[in-house]
Amino acid sequence: MDPVTDLESGDRGTTGRFERLYRFHGGLVLPGQHEISTVLPIKAAGIPPHLVIPLLQHIGETSECLVKVGDPVHKGQIIAAPRGNVSVPVHASSSGTVVALEERPFPHPSGLSFPSVVIETDGRDEWGGHPHSLPDYRQLSPVRLLDHIRAAGIVGLGGAGFPTQVKLASGTDDRVDLLLINGVECEPYISCDNQLLQERTGELLEGTRILRHILQPRDCVIAVEADMQEAERALREALRASADTGIQVVSVPQRYPSGGERQLIKVLTGREVPSQGFPSDIGIICQNVGTAAAVYRAVARNHPLISRIVTVTGAGVNQPRNLEVLIGTPFSHAIAASGGYSDDVDRLLMGGPMMGFAVSTDAVPVIKATNCILAVTREEMPPPAAALPCIRCGKCTEACPADLLPQQLYWYARSGNLDAAQDYNLFDCIECGCCAYVCPSHIPLVQYYRHAKTEIWNDEKQKQAADIARDRHQAHQERLERIKRERAERLARRKKAVSGSDSARLDAKQAAIQAALERVKKKKERKGIVQKNVDNLTAEQAEKVREVDRRRRHKSPPGEH
Amino acid sequence: MKFNTYSSPHLPVSEDVAAMMQKVLLALLPGAACAAWLFGWGILINVLLAALTAIAAEALMLRLRRRPVLVTLLDGSALLTAVLLALALPPLTPWWIPVVGTLFAIVVAKQLYGGLGYNPFNPAMAGYVVLLISFPLELTQWSAPGNYPGLLDTLALAFTETARAGAGLDALSMATPMDTIKTRLGLNETLGEIHSTVLFGYFGGRAWEWVNLGFLLGGLWLLQARVIQWQIPAGMLGGLFATALVFHLFNPDSFTSPVFHLFSGAAMLGAFFIATDPVSASTTPRGRLIYGAGIGILTYLIRTWGGYPDGVAFAVLLMNMAAPTIDHYTRPRVFGQP
Repeated sequence: MDPVTDLESGDRGTTGRFERLYRFHGGLVLPGQHEISTVLPIKAAGIPPHLVIPLLQHIGETSECLVKVGDPVHKGQIIAAPRGNVSVPVHASSSGTVVALEERPFPHPSGLSFPSVVIETDGRDEWGGHPHSLPDYRQLSPVRLLDHIRAAGIVGLGGAGFPTQVKLASGTDDRVDLLLINGVECEPYISCDNQLLQERTGELLEGTRILRHILQPRDCVIAVEADMQEAERALREALRASADTGIQVVSVPQRYPSGGERQLIKVLTGREVPSQGFPSDIGIICQNVGTAAAVYRAVARNHPLISRIVTVTGAGVNQPRNLEVLIGTPFSHAIAASGGYSDDVDRLLMGGPMMGFAVSTDAVPVIKATNCILAVTREEMPPPAAALPCIRCGKCTEACPADLLPQQLYWYARSGNLDAAQDYNLFDCIECGCCAYVCPSHIPLVQYYRHAKTEIWNDEKQKQAADIARDRHQAHQERLERIKRERAERLARRKKAVSGSDSARLDAKQAAIQAALERVKKKKERKGIVQKNVDNLTAEQAEKVREVDRRRRHKSPPGEH
Repeated sequence: MKFNTYSSPHLPVSEDVAAMMQKVLLALLPGAACAAWLFGWGILINVLLAALTAIAAEALMLRLRRRPVLVTLLDGSALLTAVLLALALPPLTPWWIPVVGTLFAIVVAKQLYGGLGYNPFNPAMAGYVVLLISFPLELTQWSAPGNYPGLLDTLALAFTETARAGAGLDALSMATPMDTIKTRLGLNETLGEIHSTVLFGYFGGRAWEWVNLGFLLGGLWLLQARVIQWQIPAGMLGGLFATALVFHLFNPDSFTSPVFHLFSGAAMLGAFFIATDPVSASTTPRGRLIYGAGIGILTYLIRTWGGYPDGVAFAVLLMNMAAPTIDHYTRPRVFGQP
């Protein structure tokens, strides 16, 4: 069955599709460890004394702070407005007073701090007024719903934190073949999606229906991993109960990183999202199950995204479980709600053991992208062993789900040959960690790739800055040149004009002088013949004089008189 | 509370260089045991001499290069090089043959190029080829299968010149099947006649077929344990078989059967243990197939028309040179790219 023609044929019923699954290259079968944290039901972590809410919890522009120190805030109040398109508002997760606007430790691989709103909670947890719910979503246009999803501050809860309405909007432009609700929790230890699927099946399905209403996809699939049988059963039962045949449940084999968007799409459809492209490029929109449930809460109950389910697990915590945690809750509070640390806790991670990062302090807050807080012991995850030289064994190549040559990338990244690293498709690396996991030389490969990527980005920035500087310099140079040229031209023109008019004026002057001289001459001449002794002339004499004068006048050029 | 931070992934790694080398050494056992059983104590003496030389040479070079000595020695790579080289040597050689060969392999071919991971040529084969070119006579001193001197006699042969001169080394040593084919074909005998001599067994050279089977067994285990990947052995054995088949079908009297080629000389040792040395081999999946096939074809060409009885060592070194180019042209299609 060719999946492409299958999708295009369209006339078959939705059931029965996605029966054949595909394989992606590489990947690993990892010990699941999900069950550690699914023994206990989801519990609310409660309201911490202080909430630290960072202004940037999504990919894109930082939101703009709307409150100041001393302001009272109510639960669900917008405390930061979106800036730009790829941005969402940030809400107060509980009621209280703003006590600080400052940089606070932020869950980030580099241990950065980030501008945050610190709220001292009052414990009343009061909404401002009654959140009025929307009319039935079926009556609303996709645009209206997208606006609402944005206003609710919803971002992808799978870990990337990309604004959901942006992703959905890319699907409303074109036809969507497949809406894929991703419940494949492939990273060991994490179980928040699994437990959400079991305990909030109804919310998830309603959220999925809302997304279907927005996107009008031909097919809609909720994908789970093979070891999530209870979640799968819950889904199937709920679908049977509601007689909904528009949503299919597909269980995919357990192989890390099958929960990665690109890998999951490959497994289900056999198609590959173009390198550097998006699923929407091939008519697929993928959303995490947590995101779908958040969409339901936003649309049906008008609740913004102010809490999420977080798996708190690992041998470093006494009571591993899933918690409903308010955004901005410090890790330490969530740990306390899970029975506190065990004695031999060694490290604290945000995310799973393959792609998560270690944080240096438990003062960092839970943000929208925090799917897991993993407290581990040294025994569980020993510190990395000393790296040996690469022996080019190729195990990394075998394991790479992006079909890269990790050992080549490593050589180039290590030697700083960044052009070659890019030529070997460094930016197609998804940092899943499979290569480092299988490396017999214990080389921290992902670290090298991240470093190389950062360096290329920095180079790129510098190059852009240099380009701008060069352009400016060039423009400046051109301007100077133009000014110089114009000045020269103007001078030349004036010179020319001056020299041209000068000769004319000179001519005129000379002519005038000449004329004057002649007049003088003539005057002199005339003066030279000035009539003398004409005072007492007789009439006859006077007549003679006049006649002479007349004759003389005739001889002289006309116009002289 | 403050915590340590390290880069992801955080799960304990699943593989280990030392463990890989140990597995390869373990996988050599069946073949090496067969060789020792059929060709005598000399095989074991060579392995021991080479191993001691390799460890001493590696330690000395690491110290000179100011590198951690113990950690590196424990990775087992020097020991593996020594054992591979020793298994390629005839059992009745003087003691300095494995010593000189291993010294060259470790000091020049490995450490002078930068140690493990940086050598462009297979160190064991580089050492072997130096010996083959420099001391061709000593490298033909194979004992007759199943008819070898005792331990003390072998030791005497290895360490004393007088024993070598007096004990009639010539009487003990015997040409290998592949040598025999080469010389007798030169004398215008047909293969049918040559194969009827005692040197030949069921499908390969007598005794050699069992040694090769032993290495095949170990090699299959390595594949199953995922220490090596299938491409290089498949490429090499396939290349050797296919080339031999073409010529054999063309003229069965002059060109021996492809099965004989697979089970004679160093074919299996080469395919599973030598050509698969990852450092000097091609690393891309397709590249490895081509690299292996190149070794197979070159081995056949050198065996059939070259001046030396076996061609595996030369073929491996020649393809080592080609490995970077092969890698360059066989990059896999990246996910999501056309």
